[in-house]
Amino acid sequence: MTVAGRIEALTLAERARRAAKVAGEFADAVDVDGRFPSEGMAAVKAERLMGIMVRPDLGGEGASMTEVADVCAIFGQACAATAMTYAMHQIQIASLADHAVGSAWHEAFLRRLCDQQLLIASATSEAGIGGNLRNSICAIETVDGTVILEKDATVISYGAHADAIMVTSRRNQDAAHSDQVATVFLNDQYTLEQTSVWDTLGMRGTCSDGYLFRGKAPAEQILPKPFAEIAAQSMLAVSHLLWGALWYGIAADAVTRAQAFVKAAAKRNPGQTPPGALRLAEASNLLQLVKANVVAGLKQFETCKGDPDALNAMSFSVAMNNIKIGTSQTILTIINHCMLICGIAGYKNGTPFSLGRHLRDAHSAQLMISNDRILGNTSTMLLVNKQDTSLLG
Amino acid sequence: MIATIRALLTQHGGLPVSVDTLADDGDLYDAGLSSFASVQLMLALEEAFDVEFPEHLLNRKSFSSIAAISAALSEITDDRQVA
Repeated sequence: MTVAGRIEALTLAERARRAAKVAGEFADAVDVDGRFPSEGMAAVKAERLMGIMVRPDLGGEGASMTEVADVCAIFGQACAATAMTYAMHQIQIASLADHAVGSAWHEAFLRRLCDQQLLIASATSEAGIGGNLRNSICAIETVDGTVILEKDATVISYGAHADAIMVTSRRNQDAAHSDQVATVFLNDQYTLEQTSVWDTLGMRGTCSDGYLFRGKAPAEQILPKPFAEIAAQSMLAVSHLLWGALWYGIAADAVTRAQAFVKAAAKRNPGQTPPGALRLAEASNLLQLVKANVVAGLKQFETCKGDPDALNAMSFSVAMNNIKIGTSQTILTIINHCMLICGIAGYKNGTPFSLGRHLRDAHSAQLMISNDRILGNTSTMLLVNKQDTSLLG
Repeated sequence: MIATIRALLTQHGGLPVSVDTLADDGDLYDAGLSSFASVQLMLALEEAFDVEFPEHLLNRKSFSSIAAISAALSEITDDRQVA
């Protein structure tokens, strides 16, 4: 049996836990220095987890979105930067796996990605557009079968560490802002000129610096489907679900720390219920809500998967938006509860109960695709969408 | 019906191009129809044709072209006649 074969014989969760152990050891250093989680991502690659969602005939393991979400939740408990890097990479894979079927170049790329455990980033944000990924100013220019693209990308998460970047742009110089395509560029096909530094409150290790992207590649590297379809049917839902899973992970680790604190207090004073115990019960209750929210969303996604009509339905978008909103808001309440439970030990860095990193990382959740933008989008849909009032539907 | 759809699209579509330049089967999203504009257009269509879009027609495909909108409206009005 090959080394890769031996690793792949273990369950995904077992492999994820082993990688998470490494990622967790470096989580504080990654956070303090605002550096890429190299050790964590090296461990993820060593466990051969980069291409698990790819079809087996292309070298992947055909893992479901639910299984990938479970991996994200495990990483979220150890190192949010590793978890977010991994989740964003999987979002690109989901787009390629679902929307480039039969495209020879993209299938060969996925095969190489599995074989060499490549990391793929994305460049959707653009100066002058903000965070609206369904709009581009830049446009590809195709000359003799070669595409040329220059993009003033305000954010490319882990861009300097990626083996390839999927870049959105207008289809051509005459196309409307929303008439977009996505093109995969390999890292020897582009240059990145850094324009801003990712020095942030939390999620510091994703190194989401801004770059001036200049790429040149064969036209066959453009994804065959319009980006509008990719965004609607895969990218938005997958983002909300995988982010939701790793955000759950961050909150779950906070609750674990708070519980350890309460338990230690209970041992010190036998016969007395520690003051934080009641609040821990509240945090546990909220954590269960977050978990149920993400799991229900994954179930709905798996049911709709492969059915473009179901994935395009307004009710599906409303549900996915609600998962994002609910999860991103509730984890902040949970971690704040945990901070109250642990007190100064939680507020202080370097204790077994430290929660500063969790709280700072969690604050990014409301901003990654702004909750206000999502609520605005949902409110538009609710003008016409029929509410499903059934419990199970 | 097509003429009414075109008129409402001009009014509510917020397209960067003139609706007159679009073929009936031209892709409206490629032409710049946003999801917000598509909802505004849907509300206007419901008002103009005195119909209500059922759940299964509330998707991107129903509003992907003038012909698709027309087909969706025909489906709704046909159902009404049968009922």
